[in-house]
Amino acid sequence: MQPDQKGSSVHPATILIVDDSAAMRSLLVATIETLGPIKTVQAASGFEALRILPREQVDLVLTDINMQDINGLELLSYIRSNPMYQSLPVIIISTEGSRKDIDRGLSLGANEYLVKPFVPAKLLELVQRLL
Amino acid sequence: MSAVQPPTSDAARDFLAEAEEILEELGAQLADLADMAESGSWDPDLLNAIFRGAHSLKGVAGMFGFTAVAEVAHNTENLLDWLRMGKVGLTKTVVDLLFRSARLLTVLLRATGDGTLVQYQDDITAHAAAITSCLSPGASPTVGSLEQVGLPAAIIGSLTEYEEHRLRENLEQGRCLFVLHTSFDLSSFDQELGSLTDLLKKYGELISTLPSIGENSQTNIDFDLLLGTQRSEQELRQLLEGRVVSITGYGSPADFSAPAATPSSQAGGAAVTVTDAVVAGDDQPGSIGAPPATASVDENASAKSMSRTVRVDIGKLDSLMNIVGELVLAQSTITSIANRMRTEGFSRMAVDLGKAAKGLERRLTDLQSGVMDIRMIPVGQLYDKMSRIVRSITREQGKKVDLKLYGAETELDKLIVEDIADPLMHIIRNAIDHGIESPEQRRAQGKEERGTLRLSSYQKGNHVVIEVEDDGGGIDLEKIKQKALAKGLVHDVSTLSDRETLELIFLPGFSTADQITDVSGRGVGMDVVRNNIAAVSGMVDIETKLGKGSRFTIVLPITLAIIKALIISCAGRTYALPITSVVESLLLVPNEIRTVENKEVISLRDATLPLLRLDRFLAVDRIDTPIEQYVVVVGSAEKRLGLVVDDLLGQQDIVIKPLGEMFRSIRGISGAADLGDQRTILVLDAGGIITEMVRSGG
Repeated sequence: MQPDQKGSSVHPATILIVDDSAAMRSLLVATIETLGPIKTVQAASGFEALRILPREQVDLVLTDINMQDINGLELLSYIRSNPMYQSLPVIIISTEGSRKDIDRGLSLGANEYLVKPFVPAKLLELVQRLL
Repeated sequence: MSAVQPPTSDAARDFLAEAEEILEELGAQLADLADMAESGSWDPDLLNAIFRGAHSLKGVAGMFGFTAVAEVAHNTENLLDWLRMGKVGLTKTVVDLLFRSARLLTVLLRATGDGTLVQYQDDITAHAAAITSCLSPGASPTVGSLEQVGLPAAIIGSLTEYEEHRLRENLEQGRCLFVLHTSFDLSSFDQELGSLTDLLKKYGELISTLPSIGENSQTNIDFDLLLGTQRSEQELRQLLEGRVVSITGYGSPADFSAPAATPSSQAGGAAVTVTDAVVAGDDQPGSIGAPPATASVDENASAKSMSRTVRVDIGKLDSLMNIVGELVLAQSTITSIANRMRTEGFSRMAVDLGKAAKGLERRLTDLQSGVMDIRMIPVGQLYDKMSRIVRSITREQGKKVDLKLYGAETELDKLIVEDIADPLMHIIRNAIDHGIESPEQRRAQGKEERGTLRLSSYQKGNHVVIEVEDDGGGIDLEKIKQKALAKGLVHDVSTLSDRETLELIFLPGFSTADQITDVSGRGVGMDVVRNNIAAVSGMVDIETKLGKGSRFTIVLPITLAIIKALIISCAGRTYALPITSVVESLLLVPNEIRTVENKEVISLRDATLPLLRLDRFLAVDRIDTPIEQYVVVVGSAEKRLGLVVDDLLGQQDIVIKPLGEMFRSIRGISGAADLGDQRTILVLDAGGIITEMVRSGG
């Protein structure tokens, strides 16, 4: 696999991980870190993600759907309606039981989705494709 | 790179800690749920929280390869999903099964540590079977269309399946749906939104929270909150006053008093608080003051509201005021009929009718002032807003300004207060931006380092005067002349008096690009400020002393609903001039007219008064000029003008109605009024006429 050559900027690609489960976030971070110099920023809630977005130059968002304050679809809807983030790639992560919610996410403009449990390779493939 | 990375031990530790935490929480939540199930109703939020716990557990367990835990969590999640989606009821069997799930998960989690999982396989299978038997086939609820509710597509599109279910549930229970638009500072929105949602949960169910881009996306973030509640729109407005930007009602129930039609006009709480001390008046205590049903507030609060106030939509007061206005007009028609009857010989009846009309007039005056009182709010409300603006501008500009406020208790019509906020803000911005110098400059000029901005209001007869006075550098008249010349607004400045020079500031196109800064910029010129003030029948005037400061004086009518006007006629047409702008009127003596630089003037008490023939100004054709004409002196302070008219028809109360967008650009006319005898006349705007005079060079 080729490291990302598209971004000409000096800063390493930044991935925002939004999930209310700390374990899930750790797992995602650990998996992504195997790709090399990628910065990961974690948000434990949709609100936290909303605060991080304007502060960090985020290149990719991974978000859970089922969260307490705002759900992943609402976060996605906000990202797509905001000219600042419109083209920011978003991967939604959920479980098979929430199939309908995943479909809604795709129609709201999510670039990809992951169904838990997934193998790390699947995540890495999507991340590399979208960065 | 290898495709599969084993979970790091860090992440695994995280998982175990998190799973334990979830299960602990689950135990407590299930106990609450069991209590609620006994009482027959339960909190959907609690059920959803339990669901999310099981859902998270399943997700992470699956990711970490703890398949047994994942499987049990998955089955439990299914049961909870059916439960929250209304597909199974919360029976005792179900509650027991949930407790059993939690116990099994706890056991399994411990067992994963010491490798004794295998012995629980039977328990897992039995648990799964018990759950499957709970779901009776064909119990899936009917699904109707949500489209007819008319909710914004962005909100509907971002609902999860569960939230959509809750939305339907709320509709089925006959609750009203409201979208509350809120806006918060990016730095603190989570606390503020958190406290708002806590409050909202007392009033109903918060179905979804959709973030959207604020008007100022750099500093703010907006949210649309979808709330299902039994409360009426009016109650909600009252309960949430000042906490949300707007409230829009959706859905079916019949008791929407003022539905979706007027949400935006309600922004910023455009409502008036009515205290019953005011409503009750002097001689009719409690006649309208008895608090209506809307007084039911928070269930937790005492049944009797503390403040004894009622919040009323300003639109209702407007229509009430309109009715009073029409009544006053009808009454004056009766009076004039009585007068005609007397002159035409029906004396007995005419006198009786005249008396009755007089009595009616007195009562109407009481009614009118009663309704007027309700509309009145203290100017102090504006002051709070202005203080914030001053603080933020001075911080931006690095200037030091003391804002001194006087007369905060002066009362003004609510609508005028709303409409005057923008022009006033602009004047204040100008005063800080162009008026008050930087601390260094001030020190160099031997002034106090801190500038002073005085904002004062007081009532003067039928008007309210608002003054903005700064001790800054004043306005350089020479610069204004040069600028007006450079912009081609005037062609000759040599004959302009100081006062006329200041008038140039109000010309359209005067304040443009080179003057626009972050502060006073925004592309709004002083012409717009004057127009906005004129739109509420007000006048604005400037005095300035170079090096010492400037004073802007805004004169406003106390209310717009009904104003006193001088009715005049000119070239066969009738016009109204608000009394606020009339100084005096006199008979025109033709041989006293002198001509100075091609302008007609007369002398009035040792001062020269320029004349303007109204027919020429309005470009009205006339057949003949009457022998007797009158001069109506309009304007304020030293800026006066004599309007030459044909006749003075007396004073009358008029209700000014706006002319609409198409005629907004016509200078010198501020609206139309109904004279009560089916005649509609134009209302003149003296301030606009004066500006127009200066522009056209007299």
